[in-house]
Amino acid sequence: MDNAKQIVTEPVFDNNPIALQVLGICSALAVTSNMNTAVIMCLALTAVTTFSNFFISLIRNHIPSNIRIIVQMTIIASLVIVVDQVLKAYAYDVSKQLSVFVGLIITNCIVMGRAEAFAMKNPPVPSLLDGFGNGLGYSVILLFVGFIRELFGAGTLFGVEILPLAKDGGWYVANGMLLLPPSAFFIIGLFIWAVRTWKPAQVEKPDYQIHAVHRTEVI
Amino acid sequence: MAFKDLPNDSIAKTIIVAVALCLICSIFVSASAVFLKPMQEKNKLLDKQKNIVQVAGIDTSGRTIAEAFEQIEARVVDLQTGEFADQVDAKTYDHRKATKDPQQSEKLTPDQDIAGIKRRERYATIYLTRDAQGEIEKLILPVRGYGLWSTLWGFLALEGDGNTVVGLSFFEHAETPGLGGEVDNPAWKAQWEGKQVYDDEGEVELALVKGGVDSSTPNAEHKVDALSGATLTSNGVSHLVKFWMGEQGFGPFLRNLHKG
Repeated sequence: MDNAKQIVTEPVFDNNPIALQVLGICSALAVTSNMNTAVIMCLALTAVTTFSNFFISLIRNHIPSNIRIIVQMTIIASLVIVVDQVLKAYAYDVSKQLSVFVGLIITNCIVMGRAEAFAMKNPPVPSLLDGFGNGLGYSVILLFVGFIRELFGAGTLFGVEILPLAKDGGWYVANGMLLLPPSAFFIIGLFIWAVRTWKPAQVEKPDYQIHAVHRTEVI
Repeated sequence: MAFKDLPNDSIAKTIIVAVALCLICSIFVSASAVFLKPMQEKNKLLDKQKNIVQVAGIDTSGRTIAEAFEQIEARVVDLQTGEFADQVDAKTYDHRKATKDPQQSEKLTPDQDIAGIKRRERYATIYLTRDAQGEIEKLILPVRGYGLWSTLWGFLALEGDGNTVVGLSFFEHAETPGLGGEVDNPAWKAQWEGKQVYDDEGEVELALVKGGVDSSTPNAEHKVDALSGATLTSNGVSHLVKFWMGEQGFGPFLRNLHKG
């Protein structure tokens, strides 16, 4: 069972799909301006990667290699449609706010990446756990970013007022930039920095060394 | 040759796997769509009621949307004559369906059809609230028009004078999130309150303009700031206001109402 635990926990910090692999950034920018949408998006994506990994792994020995991507896409797309339908039925307001981003889970690199890299080569149960672990890794970042953006951008968490805003007679002046998508870039960047300081093994080797210029070389 | 003996990359196996996968996935998807449909319809209806209640600016504190919706009266208006059409029951009349039904709607000529809606129905369901004396306090009129990607469906709420805007709200559209999708932004919607639809000659003047609107802008009462980065959606909103407040829309009805 140690192995199973490792499969689930490794993608959370050691091999995080967003922080280390830098995948799935687009939706992380779009849905993190408040916690409600971030949580629903995390649940949706985790459900999709978990089950797509499982089903793809189930039939991995029968997938003809020349149509394997389209087979994976079909399974992922079906799961995403089902998730979208469920959200429309049980969380209508949030699904309206998420609008196209639920549909765009289909093209989320994490889902495709895990299907291709893990589920095609491993048995169903480890694949399911791997999908779940990667979903968790994505969720950790989304919730972290969503927490900062909503708390300091709007003074609320899950729509409940935490920091009374100056415009409503409180003391906190909201940072409007945090509500705009680019702020998620900065927060994710800082998060990656923090994780790599904590775990230096994740730091990539520089592609090239800056060459020190000596006076004699200058023309 | 049995199925399990086929090599994975043979043409037969490729086709069998593809067909089987498509069948299974389509059953899965259609089953979820069918089973969840009743819930989704309920949510849609509730969402529409919520929009009507909100656009009319009705206070919902301490009440559910359905309770607040009860004080709103639904009536059917004949768009040709501009009179109330009481022979049509507002409870059973399906306005949405009528907008597509050739029996219940007419094709618009291209110069009439500024809002890009192709057909206009004969009867429209409108909503109204009354004050303590039974006078009409607010009118909530259904409007729709084409933006960039989609038809925007919404409500325009007017004061009882049939000229002052209470609010505009869209309950269904598929404009680009963050650009045209900003029609849902509460800050933008708040600008509509208090604007005047008609000028002194009774022409529709209300429209979106670029570059911002403040109290020093000439005719500020007829102007609303357009959405930045969403020219076509903004044009769509201007056109749909012009259409639905004009002769093909609720213009005749509002005149009749005003006369008495």
